[in-house]
Amino acid sequence: MSDTPKILLRGDEIENLREIDVYVDNGGYEGFKKALQMGSDGVINEVKAANLRGRGGAGFPTGVKWSFIPKDEPVKYVAVNADESETGTFKDRLIMETNPHQLIEGALICAYAIKATAVYIYLRGEFWDVAHELDKRIAEAREAGYLGENILDSGWSCEMYTHLGAGAYICGEESALLNSLEGYLGQPRVRPPFPANKGGGLYKEPTVVNNVETLSNVPWIIVNGADEYKKIGTDQSTGTKLFCVSGHVKNPGVYELPFNTTFRELLFDVCGGPRKEGTSFKAMLPSGGSGPIVPLTDEVLDSPMTYEDTAKLETIIGSASLIIMDDTVDITWVASKVIKFFRHESCGKCTPCREGTYWLDKVVDRIMAGEGRERDIQLIDNVAKNMQGLTLCALADFAANPIIHTIRHFPDDFMQHVKSDEELAAAGD
Amino acid sequence: MALKDKYADRIQHHLSKYPETRSAVMPLLYIAQEEYGYINDEGVAEVAEILDMDPTQVRSIAGFYTMYSEKPKGKYWLQVCTDLACALNGADQFHKDLKEYLGVEEAGTSEDGLFTVEHVMCLAACDKAPMLQCNFHYMENLDMEKMKAWIEEKRAEYQAELDKANQ
Repeated sequence: MSDTPKILLRGDEIENLREIDVYVDNGGYEGFKKALQMGSDGVINEVKAANLRGRGGAGFPTGVKWSFIPKDEPVKYVAVNADESETGTFKDRLIMETNPHQLIEGALICAYAIKATAVYIYLRGEFWDVAHELDKRIAEAREAGYLGENILDSGWSCEMYTHLGAGAYICGEESALLNSLEGYLGQPRVRPPFPANKGGGLYKEPTVVNNVETLSNVPWIIVNGADEYKKIGTDQSTGTKLFCVSGHVKNPGVYELPFNTTFRELLFDVCGGPRKEGTSFKAMLPSGGSGPIVPLTDEVLDSPMTYEDTAKLETIIGSASLIIMDDTVDITWVASKVIKFFRHESCGKCTPCREGTYWLDKVVDRIMAGEGRERDIQLIDNVAKNMQGLTLCALADFAANPIIHTIRHFPDDFMQHVKSDEELAAAGD
Repeated sequence: MALKDKYADRIQHHLSKYPETRSAVMPLLYIAQEEYGYINDEGVAEVAEILDMDPTQVRSIAGFYTMYSEKPKGKYWLQVCTDLACALNGADQFHKDLKEYLGVEEAGTSEDGLFTVEHVMCLAACDKAPMLQCNFHYMENLDMEKMKAWIEEKRAEYQAELDKANQ
Protein backbone atom coordinates (compact mmCIF):
# COMPACT_ATOMS: atom_id res chain seq x y z
CA MET A 1 0.00 0.00 0.00
CA SER A 2 2.70 2.46 1.03
CA ASP A 3 4.70 2.21 -2.21
CA THR A 4 1.72 3.25 -4.34
CA PRO A 5 2.33 6.65 -5.92
CA LYS A 6 -0.03 9.46 -4.97
CA ILE A 7 -1.86 10.50 -8.10
CA LEU A 8 -4.70 12.69 -6.86
CA LEU A 9 -3.85 14.02 -3.42
CA ARG A 10 -0.32 15.35 -3.89
CA GLY A 11 -1.54 18.64 -2.45
CA ASP A 12 -1.11 17.10 1.02
CA GLU A 13 2.66 17.04 0.54
CA ILE A 14 3.41 19.91 -1.83
CA GLU A 15 2.79 23.35 -0.44
CA ASN A 16 0.84 25.79 -2.64
CA LEU A 17 0.30 23.19 -5.36
CA ARG A 18 -2.77 25.25 -6.27
CA GLU A 19 -0.53 27.84 -7.91
CA ILE A 20 0.42 27.22 -11.50
CA ASP A 21 4.16 27.85 -11.00
CA VAL A 22 4.36 25.27 -8.21
CA TYR A 23 2.23 22.86 -10.23
CA VAL A 24 4.49 23.24 -13.28
CA ASP A 25 7.63 22.83 -11.11
CA ASN A 26 6.17 19.50 -10.01
CA GLY A 27 5.62 18.17 -13.52
CA GLY A 28 2.39 20.03 -14.24
CA TYR A 29 1.16 20.35 -17.85
CA GLU A 30 3.78 17.80 -19.01
CA GLY A 31 0.91 15.41 -19.68
CA PHE A 32 -0.87 17.99 -21.82
CA LYS A 33 2.27 18.76 -23.84
CA LYS A 34 2.87 15.06 -24.36
CA ALA A 35 -0.76 14.58 -25.41
CA LEU A 36 -0.32 17.20 -28.15
CA GLN A 37 2.60 15.11 -29.48
CA MET A 38 0.62 11.86 -29.30
CA GLY A 39 -2.38 13.13 -31.25
CA SER A 40 -6.06 12.50 -30.52
CA ASP A 41 -6.12 8.78 -31.27
CA GLY A 42 -2.93 8.17 -29.32
CA VAL A 43 -4.43 9.83 -26.23
CA ILE A 44 -7.73 7.94 -26.48
CA ASN A 45 -5.93 4.62 -26.96
CA GLU A 46 -3.68 5.25 -23.94
CA VAL A 47 -6.66 6.07 -21.69
CA LYS A 48 -8.48 3.00 -23.02
CA ALA A 49 -5.41 0.82 -22.39
CA ALA A 50 -5.15 2.14 -18.83
CA ASN A 51 -8.72 0.93 -18.29
CA LEU A 52 -9.56 4.11 -16.39
CA ARG A 53 -13.19 3.88 -15.30
CA GLY A 54 -15.66 6.64 -14.43
CA ARG A 55 -15.13 7.75 -10.84
CA GLY A 56 -18.52 9.42 -10.52
CA GLY A 57 -19.93 6.02 -9.64
CA ALA A 58 -20.93 4.27 -12.86
CA GLY A 59 -17.46 2.89 -13.59
CA PHE A 60 -17.85 3.24 -17.37
CA PRO A 61 -14.52 3.01 -19.28
CA THR A 62 -13.40 6.60 -19.91
CA GLY A 63 -11.43 5.99 -23.12
CA VAL A 64 -14.37 4.12 -24.63
CA LYS A 65 -16.65 7.06 -23.81
CA TRP A 66 -14.26 9.45 -25.57
CA SER A 67 -14.10 7.18 -28.63
CA PHE A 68 -17.88 7.54 -29.17
CA ILE A 69 -17.45 11.20 -30.15
CA PRO A 70 -17.75 11.69 -33.93
CA LYS A 71 -14.56 13.11 -35.42
CA ASP A 72 -16.08 15.21 -38.19
CA GLU A 73 -18.33 17.53 -36.16
CA PRO A 74 -17.01 21.11 -35.99
CA VAL A 75 -18.42 21.92 -32.52
CA LYS A 76 -17.96 19.60 -29.53
CA TYR A 77 -17.91 20.03 -25.77
CA VAL A 78 -16.55 18.64 -22.54
CA ALA A 79 -18.75 18.99 -19.46
CA VAL A 80 -16.93 18.32 -16.20
CA ASN A 81 -19.24 16.93 -13.55
CA ALA A 82 -18.30 18.72 -10.33
CA ASP A 83 -21.83 18.56 -8.96
CA GLU A 84 -20.74 16.23 -6.15
CA SER A 85 -24.09 15.71 -4.43
CA GLU A 86 -24.22 12.00 -3.58
CA THR A 87 -24.80 11.58 0.15
CA GLY A 88 -21.46 10.85 1.80
CA THR A 89 -19.29 12.04 -1.11
CA PHE A 90 -16.72 14.80 -0.54
CA LYS A 91 -13.71 14.03 -2.70
CA ASP A 92 -14.07 16.24 -5.77
CA ARG A 93 -14.18 19.35 -3.63
CA LEU A 94 -10.84 18.31 -2.07
CA ILE A 95 -9.25 17.78 -5.50
CA MET A 96 -10.44 21.19 -6.70
CA GLU A 97 -9.29 22.93 -3.52
CA THR A 98 -5.85 21.34 -3.31
CA ASN A 99 -4.90 20.53 -6.89
CA PRO A 100 -7.09 22.51 -9.32
CA HIS A 101 -4.59 22.54 -12.18
CA GLN A 102 -4.56 18.76 -12.34
CA LEU A 103 -8.29 18.88 -13.08
CA ILE A 104 -7.81 21.69 -15.61
CA GLU A 105 -5.01 19.72 -17.29
CA GLY A 106 -7.03 16.49 -17.30
CA ALA A 107 -10.03 18.30 -18.80
CA LEU A 108 -7.74 19.89 -21.41
CA ILE A 109 -6.30 16.51 -22.43
CA CYS A 110 -9.84 15.15 -22.79
CA ALA A 111 -10.86 18.25 -24.78
CA TYR A 112 -7.86 17.82 -27.09
CA ALA A 113 -8.55 14.09 -27.55
CA ILE A 114 -12.06 14.79 -28.86
CA LYS A 115 -11.10 18.22 -30.34
CA ALA A 116 -13.65 20.04 -28.20
CA THR A 117 -14.24 23.75 -28.67
CA ALA A 118 -15.06 24.50 -25.01
CA VAL A 119 -15.05 22.93 -21.55
CA TYR A 120 -17.73 23.73 -18.97
CA ILE A 121 -17.06 22.77 -15.37
CA TYR A 122 -20.46 22.36 -13.67
CA LEU A 123 -20.06 22.81 -9.90
CA ARG A 124 -22.82 22.45 -7.35
CA GLY A 125 -23.94 25.89 -6.16
CA GLU A 126 -22.65 25.24 -2.65
CA PHE A 127 -19.10 25.20 -4.09
CA TRP A 128 -19.27 28.98 -4.57
CA ASP A 129 -15.81 29.60 -3.10
CA VAL A 130 -14.31 26.65 -4.96
CA ALA A 131 -15.70 27.91 -8.28
CA HIS A 132 -14.36 31.43 -7.81
CA GLU A 133 -10.93 30.05 -6.90
CA LEU A 134 -11.10 27.76 -9.96
CA ASP A 135 -11.85 30.79 -12.16
CA LYS A 136 -8.54 32.28 -11.01
CA ARG A 137 -6.70 29.07 -11.83
CA ILE A 138 -8.32 28.87 -15.28
CA ALA A 139 -7.15 32.45 -15.86
CA GLU A 140 -3.59 31.37 -14.88
CA ALA A 141 -3.78 28.53 -17.40
CA ARG A 142 -4.97 30.92 -20.12
CA GLU A 143 -2.15 33.34 -19.24
CA ALA A 144 0.34 30.49 -19.63
CA GLY A 145 -1.00 29.71 -23.10
CA TYR A 146 -2.82 26.47 -22.31
CA LEU A 147 -6.21 27.92 -23.26
CA GLY A 148 -7.47 30.20 -26.00
CA GLU A 149 -6.58 30.40 -29.69
CA ASN A 150 -4.07 28.04 -31.31
CA ILE A 151 -2.87 26.48 -28.05
CA LEU A 152 0.93 25.94 -27.97
CA ASP A 153 0.93 26.26 -31.80
CA SER A 154 -1.09 23.07 -32.17
CA GLY A 155 -3.67 24.69 -34.43
CA TRP A 156 -6.35 23.75 -31.90
CA SER A 157 -8.35 26.31 -29.89
CA CYS A 158 -10.37 25.77 -26.73
CA GLU A 159 -11.99 27.76 -23.92
CA MET A 160 -12.86 26.74 -20.35
CA TYR A 161 -15.55 28.12 -18.02
CA THR A 162 -17.13 27.33 -14.67
CA HIS A 163 -20.89 27.16 -14.20
CA LEU A 164 -22.54 27.11 -10.78
CA GLY A 165 -25.61 24.99 -10.12
CA ALA A 166 -28.04 26.04 -7.41
CA GLY A 167 -28.92 23.05 -5.25
CA ALA A 168 -30.27 20.03 -7.12
CA TYR A 169 -28.86 16.51 -6.73
CA ILE A 170 -30.32 15.49 -10.07
CA CYS A 171 -27.93 17.85 -11.89
CA GLY A 172 -25.20 15.28 -11.23
CA GLU A 173 -27.02 13.04 -13.72
CA GLU A 174 -25.35 13.76 -17.06
CA SER A 175 -28.37 14.69 -19.15
CA ALA A 176 -29.94 16.79 -16.36
CA LEU A 177 -26.58 18.54 -16.00
CA LEU A 178 -26.64 19.45 -19.69
CA ASN A 179 -30.23 20.75 -19.42
CA SER A 180 -29.23 22.86 -16.45
CA LEU A 181 -26.23 24.27 -18.36
CA GLU A 182 -28.55 25.25 -21.18
CA GLY A 183 -30.75 27.22 -18.77
CA TYR A 184 -33.60 24.71 -18.53
CA LEU A 185 -34.89 22.77 -15.53
CA GLY A 186 -32.37 20.19 -14.38
CA GLN A 187 -34.37 17.18 -15.51
CA PRO A 188 -33.06 14.08 -17.31
CA ARG A 189 -33.50 13.70 -21.05
CA VAL A 190 -34.92 10.84 -23.05
CA ARG A 191 -32.07 8.78 -24.52
CA PRO A 192 -31.04 8.04 -27.25
CA PRO A 193 -29.62 10.33 -28.55
CA PHE A 194 -26.82 10.03 -25.98
CA PRO A 195 -24.62 13.00 -25.03
CA ALA A 196 -21.81 11.70 -27.27
CA ASN A 197 -24.10 11.81 -30.33
CA LYS A 198 -25.15 14.76 -32.44
CA GLY A 199 -28.46 15.92 -30.98
CA GLY A 200 -27.83 14.49 -27.49
CA GLY A 201 -25.13 16.66 -25.94
CA LEU A 202 -24.75 20.27 -24.86
CA TYR A 203 -26.58 22.58 -27.30
CA LYS A 204 -27.25 19.33 -29.24
CA GLU A 205 -23.53 18.93 -30.04
CA PRO A 206 -21.48 15.80 -29.17
CA THR A 207 -20.35 16.07 -25.55
CA VAL A 208 -18.23 14.09 -23.11
CA VAL A 209 -19.41 14.28 -19.49
CA ASN A 210 -16.75 13.17 -17.01
CA ASN A 211 -16.40 13.40 -13.25
CA VAL A 212 -13.67 15.54 -11.59
CA GLU A 213 -11.80 12.58 -10.13
CA THR A 214 -11.88 10.69 -13.44
CA LEU A 215 -10.26 13.56 -15.35
CA SER A 216 -7.72 14.22 -12.59
CA ASN A 217 -6.21 10.77 -13.27
CA VAL A 218 -5.57 11.56 -16.93
CA PRO A 219 -2.38 13.68 -16.76
CA TRP A 220 -0.61 10.96 -14.72
CA ILE A 221 -1.68 8.27 -17.20
CA ILE A 222 -0.38 10.25 -20.17
CA VAL A 223 2.96 11.07 -18.48
CA ASN A 224 3.63 7.62 -17.02
CA GLY A 225 1.77 5.43 -19.52
CA ALA A 226 -1.04 2.93 -19.26
CA ASP A 227 1.31 0.08 -18.26
CA GLU A 228 2.48 1.93 -15.13
CA TYR A 229 -1.12 2.80 -14.25
CA LYS A 230 -2.23 -0.81 -14.58
CA LYS A 231 0.37 -1.89 -12.01
CA ILE A 232 -1.86 -0.25 -9.40
CA GLY A 233 -5.08 -2.02 -8.36
CA THR A 234 -6.45 -5.00 -10.32
CA ASP A 235 -7.12 -5.72 -14.01
CA GLN A 236 -10.71 -4.57 -13.85
CA SER A 237 -10.16 -1.83 -11.27
CA THR A 238 -6.95 -0.08 -12.25
CA GLY A 239 -5.34 2.81 -10.41
CA THR A 240 -6.10 4.46 -7.10
CA LYS A 241 -9.45 5.65 -5.81
CA LEU A 242 -10.41 8.40 -3.41
CA PHE A 243 -12.39 6.77 -0.61
CA CYS A 244 -14.63 9.12 1.40
CA VAL A 245 -15.30 7.71 4.86
CA SER A 246 -17.91 9.24 7.17
CA GLY A 247 -20.17 8.20 10.03
CA HIS A 248 -19.01 6.07 12.95
CA VAL A 249 -15.22 5.83 12.49
CA LYS A 250 -12.47 7.46 14.55
CA ASN A 251 -10.80 9.21 11.61
CA PRO A 252 -13.29 10.15 8.89
CA GLY A 253 -11.91 11.76 5.74
CA VAL A 254 -10.76 11.24 2.17
CA TYR A 255 -8.05 8.65 1.54
CA GLU A 256 -6.30 7.76 -1.70
CA LEU A 257 -5.67 4.02 -1.91
CA PRO A 258 -5.28 1.35 -4.59
CA PHE A 259 -8.57 -0.36 -5.45
CA ASN A 260 -7.38 -3.74 -4.13
CA THR A 261 -7.15 -2.43 -0.54
CA THR A 262 -9.66 -4.28 1.65
CA PHE A 263 -12.49 -2.64 3.59
CA ARG A 264 -10.82 -3.91 6.78
CA GLU A 265 -7.52 -2.17 5.99
CA LEU A 266 -9.33 1.10 5.28
CA LEU A 267 -11.75 1.02 8.21
CA PHE A 268 -9.35 -0.27 10.87
CA ASP A 269 -5.77 0.58 9.84
CA VAL A 270 -6.51 3.92 8.19
CA CYS A 271 -9.69 5.13 9.91
CA GLY A 272 -8.85 3.75 13.37
CA GLY A 273 -11.89 1.47 13.83
CA PRO A 274 -15.25 2.29 15.45
CA ARG A 275 -15.68 5.83 16.78
CA LYS A 276 -16.79 4.86 20.28
CA GLU A 277 -15.29 2.34 22.70
CA GLY A 278 -17.48 -0.69 23.22
CA THR A 279 -19.26 -0.45 19.86
CA SER A 280 -18.68 -2.51 16.75
CA PHE A 281 -19.40 -1.92 13.08
CA LYS A 282 -22.88 -2.93 11.99
CA ALA A 283 -23.51 -1.75 8.44
CA MET A 284 -22.08 0.24 5.56
CA LEU A 285 -23.38 2.15 2.58
CA PRO A 286 -20.35 1.78 0.26
CA SER A 287 -21.54 4.22 -2.41
CA GLY A 288 -23.43 6.92 -0.54
CA GLY A 289 -27.20 6.80 -0.56
CA SER A 290 -27.46 5.12 -3.92
CA GLY A 291 -25.67 1.79 -3.47
CA PRO A 292 -27.08 -1.26 -1.66
CA ILE A 293 -26.34 -1.36 2.09
CA VAL A 294 -24.29 -4.32 3.39
CA PRO A 295 -23.80 -5.71 6.91
CA LEU A 296 -20.15 -5.31 7.97
CA THR A 297 -19.41 -9.02 8.33
CA ASP A 298 -15.91 -10.53 8.19
CA GLU A 299 -16.60 -11.57 4.60
CA VAL A 300 -17.34 -7.95 3.63
CA LEU A 301 -14.43 -6.53 5.64
CA ASP A 302 -11.96 -8.90 3.97
CA SER A 303 -13.18 -8.05 0.47
CA PRO A 304 -11.04 -5.80 -1.75
CA MET A 305 -12.83 -2.56 -2.64
CA THR A 306 -12.85 -3.22 -6.40
CA TYR A 307 -15.73 -3.00 -8.88
CA GLU A 308 -15.65 -6.79 -9.34
CA ASP A 309 -15.35 -7.83 -5.67
CA THR A 310 -18.11 -5.51 -4.46
CA ALA A 311 -20.39 -6.92 -7.18
CA LYS A 312 -19.91 -10.35 -5.57
CA LEU A 313 -21.16 -8.83 -2.30
CA GLU A 314 -24.27 -7.66 -4.21
CA THR A 315 -23.39 -4.02 -3.82
CA ILE A 316 -21.24 -1.48 -5.67
CA ILE A 317 -18.13 0.54 -4.86
CA GLY A 318 -19.56 3.31 -7.08
CA SER A 319 -18.31 6.69 -5.91
CA ALA A 320 -16.59 5.01 -2.92
CA SER A 321 -18.49 7.07 -0.36
CA LEU A 322 -18.48 4.81 2.68
CA ILE A 323 -21.04 5.75 5.33
CA ILE A 324 -20.29 3.58 8.35
CA MET A 325 -22.84 2.71 11.04
CA ASP A 326 -22.09 1.10 14.41
CA ASP A 327 -24.34 -1.26 16.37
CA THR A 328 -26.17 1.60 18.12
CA VAL A 329 -27.90 2.49 14.85
CA ASP A 330 -31.46 1.49 13.97
CA ILE A 331 -31.38 0.62 10.27
CA THR A 332 -35.04 1.62 9.86
CA TRP A 333 -33.96 5.16 10.75
CA VAL A 334 -31.19 4.90 8.13
CA ALA A 335 -33.78 3.89 5.51
CA SER A 336 -35.96 6.83 6.51
CA LYS A 337 -33.04 9.28 6.23
CA VAL A 338 -32.00 8.04 2.80
CA ILE A 339 -35.52 7.93 1.40
CA LYS A 340 -36.13 11.50 2.64
CA PHE A 341 -33.09 12.54 0.64
CA PHE A 342 -34.40 10.96 -2.56
CA ARG A 343 -37.93 12.23 -2.04
CA HIS A 344 -36.52 15.73 -1.77
CA GLU A 345 -34.21 15.30 -4.75
CA SER A 346 -36.59 13.58 -7.18
CA CYS A 347 -37.05 16.06 -10.02
CA GLY A 348 -40.69 15.05 -10.47
CA LYS A 349 -40.54 14.22 -14.16
CA CYS A 350 -41.23 10.45 -14.00
CA THR A 351 -44.24 9.14 -12.09
CA PRO A 352 -42.67 6.00 -10.52
CA CYS A 353 -39.96 8.14 -8.93
CA ARG A 354 -42.06 11.18 -7.96
CA GLU A 355 -44.87 9.11 -6.42
CA GLY A 356 -42.71 6.20 -5.27
CA THR A 357 -40.31 8.30 -3.19
CA TYR A 358 -43.26 10.21 -1.69
CA TRP A 359 -45.09 7.07 -0.58
CA LEU A 360 -41.98 5.26 0.63
CA ASP A 361 -41.21 8.26 2.82
CA LYS A 362 -44.78 8.39 4.17
CA VAL A 363 -44.93 4.67 5.02
CA VAL A 364 -41.43 4.51 6.54
CA ASP A 365 -42.38 7.50 8.72
CA ARG A 366 -45.51 5.62 9.78
CA ILE A 367 -43.42 2.58 10.70
CA MET A 368 -40.93 4.75 12.61
CA ALA A 369 -43.79 6.34 14.55
CA GLY A 370 -44.91 2.90 15.77
CA GLU A 371 -48.11 3.03 13.76
CA GLY A 372 -47.08 0.46 11.17
CA ARG A 373 -48.09 -3.14 10.72
CA GLU A 374 -46.11 -6.08 9.44
CA ARG A 375 -47.67 -5.85 5.97
CA ASP A 376 -46.31 -2.27 5.65
CA ILE A 377 -42.85 -3.78 5.38
CA GLN A 378 -44.00 -5.88 2.41
CA LEU A 379 -45.76 -2.81 1.03
CA ILE A 380 -42.63 -0.63 0.91
CA ASP A 381 -40.60 -3.52 -0.48
CA ASN A 382 -43.19 -3.90 -3.22
CA VAL A 383 -43.38 -0.17 -3.98
CA ALA A 384 -39.58 0.01 -4.17
CA LYS A 385 -39.35 -2.95 -6.55
CA ASN A 386 -41.96 -1.33 -8.80
CA MET A 387 -39.84 1.82 -9.14
CA GLN A 388 -36.85 0.07 -10.66
CA GLY A 389 -35.98 0.29 -14.33
CA LEU A 390 -39.03 2.39 -15.25
CA THR A 391 -37.63 5.90 -15.29
CA LEU A 392 -35.52 8.18 -17.49
CA CYS A 393 -32.62 8.18 -15.06
CA ALA A 394 -31.32 6.02 -12.23
CA LEU A 395 -32.61 8.13 -9.33
CA ALA A 396 -35.63 5.88 -8.83
CA ASP A 397 -33.39 2.79 -8.78
CA PHE A 398 -31.12 4.50 -6.25
CA ALA A 399 -34.14 5.40 -4.10
CA ALA A 400 -35.43 1.82 -4.20
CA ASN A 401 -32.06 0.38 -3.08
CA PRO A 402 -32.01 1.61 0.53
CA ILE A 403 -35.49 0.17 1.12
CA ILE A 404 -35.03 -3.20 -0.59
CA HIS A 405 -31.60 -3.93 0.89
CA THR A 406 -32.23 -2.62 4.41
CA ILE A 407 -35.28 -4.90 4.67
CA ARG A 408 -33.33 -7.80 3.18
CA HIS A 409 -30.36 -7.55 5.53
CA PHE A 410 -31.96 -6.10 8.66
CA PRO A 411 -35.58 -7.31 8.85
CA ASP A 412 -35.52 -7.33 12.68
CA ASP A 413 -34.80 -3.60 12.76
CA PHE A 414 -38.08 -3.05 10.91
CA MET A 415 -40.07 -5.68 12.83
CA GLN A 416 -39.33 -4.04 16.19
CA HIS A 417 -41.39 -1.00 15.11
CA VAL A 418 -44.48 -2.77 13.79
CA LYS A 419 -47.34 -4.85 15.11
CA SER A 420 -47.09 -8.40 13.79
CA ASP A 421 -50.00 -10.03 11.99
CA GLU A 422 -50.54 -12.28 15.06
CA GLU A 423 -50.81 -9.28 17.38
CA LEU A 424 -53.25 -7.56 15.06
CA ALA A 425 -55.36 -10.71 14.71
CA ALA A 426 -55.47 -11.14 18.48
CA ALA A 427 -56.65 -7.54 18.78
CA GLY A 428 -59.39 -8.29 16.25
CA ASP A 429 -57.89 -6.03 13.59
CA MET B 1 -30.70 51.23 -10.46
CA ALA B 2 -31.50 48.33 -12.72
CA LEU B 3 -29.46 45.12 -12.61
CA LYS B 4 -28.31 45.51 -16.19
CA ASP B 5 -26.65 48.84 -15.36
CA LYS B 6 -25.43 48.17 -11.85
CA TYR B 7 -23.91 44.75 -12.67
CA ALA B 8 -23.17 45.37 -16.35
CA ASP B 9 -19.67 43.85 -16.29
CA ARG B 10 -20.63 40.71 -14.44
CA ILE B 11 -23.69 40.16 -16.60
CA GLN B 12 -21.63 40.66 -19.75
CA HIS B 13 -19.03 38.17 -18.47
CA HIS B 14 -21.68 35.49 -17.99
CA LEU B 15 -23.34 36.19 -21.35
CA SER B 16 -19.95 35.82 -23.06
CA LYS B 17 -19.44 32.29 -21.68
CA TYR B 18 -22.25 30.62 -23.59
CA PRO B 19 -23.28 30.33 -27.24
CA GLU B 20 -26.93 30.67 -26.16
CA THR B 21 -27.99 33.51 -23.86
CA ARG B 22 -30.50 31.39 -21.96
CA SER B 23 -27.61 29.52 -20.29
CA ALA B 24 -26.89 32.66 -18.26
CA VAL B 25 -30.22 32.41 -16.40
CA MET B 26 -28.66 30.74 -13.33
CA PRO B 27 -25.76 33.18 -12.83
CA LEU B 28 -28.14 36.12 -13.42
CA LEU B 29 -30.60 34.79 -10.84
CA TYR B 30 -27.72 34.76 -8.34
CA ILE B 31 -27.05 38.41 -9.16
CA ALA B 32 -30.76 39.26 -8.72
CA GLN B 33 -30.78 37.47 -5.37
CA GLU B 34 -27.67 39.35 -4.27
CA GLU B 35 -29.29 42.68 -5.14
CA TYR B 36 -32.76 42.14 -3.70
CA GLY B 37 -32.03 39.62 -0.93
CA TYR B 38 -34.32 37.05 -2.53
CA ILE B 39 -35.91 36.24 -5.89
CA ASN B 40 -38.63 38.88 -6.21
CA ASP B 41 -40.86 39.78 -9.16
CA GLU B 42 -38.66 42.72 -10.05
CA GLY B 43 -35.53 40.56 -10.28
CA VAL B 44 -37.35 37.90 -12.30
CA ALA B 45 -38.66 40.55 -14.73
CA GLU B 46 -35.21 42.06 -15.21
CA VAL B 47 -33.49 38.70 -15.78
CA ALA B 48 -36.24 37.74 -18.23
CA GLU B 49 -35.80 40.98 -20.13
CA ILE B 50 -31.99 40.66 -20.37
CA LEU B 51 -32.24 37.07 -21.64
CA ASP B 52 -35.35 37.54 -23.80
CA MET B 53 -37.17 34.88 -21.80
CA ASP B 54 -40.69 34.71 -20.45
CA PRO B 55 -40.81 35.71 -16.74
CA THR B 56 -42.74 32.50 -16.02
CA GLN B 57 -39.83 30.45 -17.38
CA VAL B 58 -37.37 32.37 -15.20
CA ARG B 59 -39.63 31.88 -12.19
CA SER B 60 -39.81 28.13 -12.81
CA ILE B 61 -35.99 27.89 -12.90
CA ALA B 62 -35.80 29.82 -9.61
CA GLY B 63 -38.41 27.52 -8.06
CA PHE B 64 -36.64 24.32 -9.12
CA TYR B 65 -33.35 24.99 -7.29
CA THR B 66 -33.08 25.24 -3.51
CA MET B 67 -30.41 27.93 -3.45
CA TYR B 68 -32.72 30.57 -4.89
CA SER B 69 -34.92 31.85 -2.10
CA GLU B 70 -38.40 33.01 -2.96
CA LYS B 71 -38.86 34.87 0.28
CA PRO B 72 -36.63 37.28 2.23
CA LYS B 73 -34.01 35.73 4.51
CA GLY B 74 -32.02 36.94 7.48
CA LYS B 75 -28.59 38.49 7.02
CA TYR B 76 -27.11 35.06 7.78
CA TRP B 77 -28.82 32.17 6.01
CA LEU B 78 -27.84 29.05 7.97
CA GLN B 79 -28.43 25.83 6.06
CA VAL B 80 -27.69 22.92 8.36
CA CYS B 81 -26.94 19.55 6.79
CA THR B 82 -29.06 16.88 8.51
CA ASP B 83 -28.43 14.15 5.96
CA LEU B 84 -27.43 10.63 7.01
CA ALA B 85 -23.66 11.02 7.37
CA CYS B 86 -24.01 14.23 9.41
CA ALA B 87 -26.96 12.83 11.40
CA LEU B 88 -24.80 9.88 12.51
CA ASN B 89 -22.70 12.53 14.22
CA GLY B 90 -25.44 14.49 15.94
CA ALA B 91 -26.63 16.87 13.21
CA ASP B 92 -30.35 16.46 13.99
CA GLN B 93 -29.86 17.45 17.64
CA PHE B 94 -27.55 20.31 16.60
CA HIS B 95 -30.18 21.61 14.15
CA LYS B 96 -32.87 21.42 16.85
CA ASP B 97 -30.72 23.17 19.47
CA LEU B 98 -29.76 25.89 17.03
CA LYS B 99 -33.42 26.65 16.20
CA GLU B 100 -34.25 26.64 19.90
CA TYR B 101 -31.41 29.03 20.78
CA LEU B 102 -32.53 31.46 18.08
CA GLY B 103 -36.23 30.95 18.91
CA VAL B 104 -37.19 30.04 15.34
CA GLU B 105 -39.25 27.40 13.61
CA GLU B 106 -37.92 25.53 10.56
CA ALA B 107 -36.96 28.03 7.80
CA GLY B 108 -37.84 30.87 10.17
CA THR B 109 -35.89 34.06 10.84
CA SER B 110 -34.82 35.30 14.27
CA GLU B 111 -36.62 38.37 15.68
CA ASP B 112 -33.63 40.62 15.09
CA GLY B 113 -33.80 39.68 11.42
CA LEU B 114 -30.24 38.33 11.45
CA PHE B 115 -30.51 34.54 11.26
CA THR B 116 -32.58 32.15 9.14
CA VAL B 117 -32.25 28.43 9.91
CA GLU B 118 -33.25 25.54 7.71
CA HIS B 119 -32.09 21.98 7.17
CA VAL B 120 -30.69 20.86 3.81
CA MET B 121 -29.47 17.68 2.12
CA CYS B 122 -25.83 16.60 1.87
CA LEU B 123 -23.35 19.46 1.40
CA ALA B 124 -20.30 17.27 0.65
CA ALA B 125 -18.49 17.85 3.95
CA CYS B 126 -19.51 14.62 5.69
CA ASP B 127 -16.22 14.17 7.57
CA LYS B 128 -16.70 17.57 9.28
CA ALA B 129 -20.13 17.02 10.86
CA PRO B 130 -22.04 18.81 12.22
CA MET B 131 -21.65 21.54 9.64
CA LEU B 132 -23.68 24.23 7.90
CA GLN B 133 -23.52 26.64 5.03
CA CYS B 134 -23.74 30.30 5.99
CA ASN B 135 -24.70 32.27 2.88
CA PHE B 136 -22.03 30.92 0.51
CA HIS B 137 -19.45 29.71 3.01
CA TYR B 138 -19.07 26.52 5.00
CA MET B 139 -18.74 26.34 8.80
CA GLU B 140 -17.52 22.90 9.89
CA ASN B 141 -16.93 20.70 12.96
CA LEU B 142 -19.52 22.68 14.89
CA ASP B 143 -21.09 22.37 18.32
CA MET B 144 -23.54 24.62 20.14
CA GLU B 145 -20.85 26.33 22.21
CA LYS B 146 -19.09 27.47 19.04
CA MET B 147 -22.40 28.51 17.48
CA LYS B 148 -23.53 30.52 20.49
CA ALA B 149 -20.23 32.42 20.55
CA TRP B 150 -20.47 33.09 16.82
CA ILE B 151 -24.12 34.22 17.01
CA GLU B 152 -23.40 36.64 19.86
CA GLU B 153 -20.40 38.01 17.97
CA LYS B 154 -22.58 38.71 14.93
CA ARG B 155 -25.25 40.29 17.10
CA ALA B 156 -22.66 42.58 18.70
CA GLU B 157 -21.32 43.55 15.26
CA TYR B 158 -24.83 44.39 14.11
CA GLN B 159 -25.54 46.42 17.25
CA ALA B 160 -22.30 48.37 16.74
CA GLU B 161 -23.37 49.16 13.17
CA LEU B 162 -26.74 50.39 14.42
CA ASP B 163 -25.13 52.56 17.09
CA LYS B 164 -22.75 54.04 14.55
CA ALA B 165 -25.65 54.82 12.18
CA ASN B 166 -27.56 56.54 14.97
CA GLN B 167 -24.73 58.80 16.09
